[in-house]
Amino acid sequence: MTVRDLIPIAVLILLAALLPLVVTSSPVLNFLVFMLIVALGAQGWNILGGFGGQFSFGHAAFFGTGAYVTAILQTRYGINAWAGLVLATAAGAAVGWVIGFLSFRSGLRGSYFALVTLAFAEVFRILANAASFTGGAAGLLIKLDVRPANLQFDDRAVFYWLVLALVAAVLLLTRWIQRSRFGAQLVAVRENEDAAKALGVNSLKVKLRAIALSGGVTALSGCLYAQYFLYIDANIAYGSWISVELLLAPIIGGVGTVFGPVVGALTLHGLGELAKQFAGRIPGIDLIVFGGVLVLAVAFARGGILGLLERLRDRGRGMVTRGPKEVSHAGR
Amino acid sequence: MLAVEGVSKRFGGLMAVNNASLSLQPGGIVGLIGPNGAGKTTLFSMISGFVAPSDGRIRFEGTDITGEEPHRRAELGIGRTFQIVQPFAGLTVCENIAVGAYLRHAKRADATAKAREVARRVGLGTELDRPAGGLTVAGRKRLELARALATEPTLLLLDEVLAGLNPSEIRDILPVIRGIRDEGVTILMIEHVMQAVMNLCERVYVLAQGRMIAEGPPAVVCADARVIEAYLGHGAAARLKAEGAAHG
Repeated sequence: MTVRDLIPIAVLILLAALLPLVVTSSPVLNFLVFMLIVALGAQGWNILGGFGGQFSFGHAAFFGTGAYVTAILQTRYGINAWAGLVLATAAGAAVGWVIGFLSFRSGLRGSYFALVTLAFAEVFRILANAASFTGGAAGLLIKLDVRPANLQFDDRAVFYWLVLALVAAVLLLTRWIQRSRFGAQLVAVRENEDAAKALGVNSLKVKLRAIALSGGVTALSGCLYAQYFLYIDANIAYGSWISVELLLAPIIGGVGTVFGPVVGALTLHGLGELAKQFAGRIPGIDLIVFGGVLVLAVAFARGGILGLLERLRDRGRGMVTRGPKEVSHAGR
Repeated sequence: MLAVEGVSKRFGGLMAVNNASLSLQPGGIVGLIGPNGAGKTTLFSMISGFVAPSDGRIRFEGTDITGEEPHRRAELGIGRTFQIVQPFAGLTVCENIAVGAYLRHAKRADATAKAREVARRVGLGTELDRPAGGLTVAGRKRLELARALATEPTLLLLDEVLAGLNPSEIRDILPVIRGIRDEGVTILMIEHVMQAVMNLCERVYVLAQGRMIAEGPPAVVCADARVIEAYLGHGAAARLKAEGAAHG
């Protein structure tokens, strides 16, 4: 990585870090924190789906694992929330590796892989809903005890900065992936697995690494969700809503790009909130907006918002446009 | 360096390759020819590890590699191109080649430098930043070659790199292939363009209906009655001979 690679990340994060100094209203900060948590989870999805081309429909499996691990460790075993954060991330990576091992070793690709991940998330949801260990259908409540040692803060802005710092860390991780041998091999597997193998790429190993990283990052976001709202149940943690959110954000923002998931999450939730402001009495209006934005993105902005901007820039320079990236992995 | 010993591949009731053997010494270009459907590509896929043989063994530099994964064989030094070109369409030419270069160069700067060097060697030096999906057929063939070369193989399997090229493009790429040989890479090539086979190969193997039917210098093999019959049908050799005698 060069300094030039890092400047855009630094600028974006610094600007975002200044926001709480301007905005102090709780609902707005709540919205920003939630949006960043979604962005973080979406970044996890993007590592596997965007760079690796393995579209998961069940990232709730990782999000929920992160949320439940930290919640259970705190409520049942009295383990510190910060340690819970680390353990939740590790658990997500482990679950990712296992799901990856089972499905990639069997050669599952494309829609088959998507269905298997969906099935895993659903199985986890049903188990978490039934077992008493996870609080069953009543869910788990993390005790309100506002101390920094418990990852609970007086000021919402502090939590916002914490999530932002982690989003920044994952932006750096993603940039590193983009610039590394691992990333090049991962993208090669996405574009053409056989050709990659012929060039000496151990595709199974590369995909397992990607899904473990992806699972870890998404579990981290689930853990932060539990820590911020202090309550989870099976339908929140393992619900298909989060699987959809996590794949929608990168697809809208720009799949396989560093900033795509963050841009997508901001766009989706920004528009969703606006819609709620203007037509708050219609329940589910934000979901209708999500659907509309997805249709627009698929129809007019393949490669997402960032892909669209890149094409407009290229056209402005009169260059030959770089073909939409989707074309190459649409067939798989 | 490479020894294929009595290898067979059965797809259901079809015997695609039947007890075929070949052996390569280091250096030089060896051709693998045969009519369509003879099993040449299947044999290539078995050597590069994409298809597991039903029977027989494959040795590379003395070690048995019959059960090794394709990526392991690439690490050992076997590079291959695909008959149907398989570019990473969303990546640039340079990024495509760098994937191969990363096999022996862990650092991005080193891999990119290697990719640029290989690109220049195969004549893609001016196309480095173009998307691979936008290359012409000839460009894609060169890219296929460049990617395999970037893995720094000692044995290079070329599956019809000349197919689909026009005569002037073939003329341009022949010196590239010779250049690769001169650097000490052993080449085994499947080829239909006979002019190129005659030009490049020191030795050819002929595969027909899954069996190895002839082996030797190209001029000798092309006069072989069994080879003529494999291409032109039963009795063709005798007819040609008779016609030759009548005209002569």
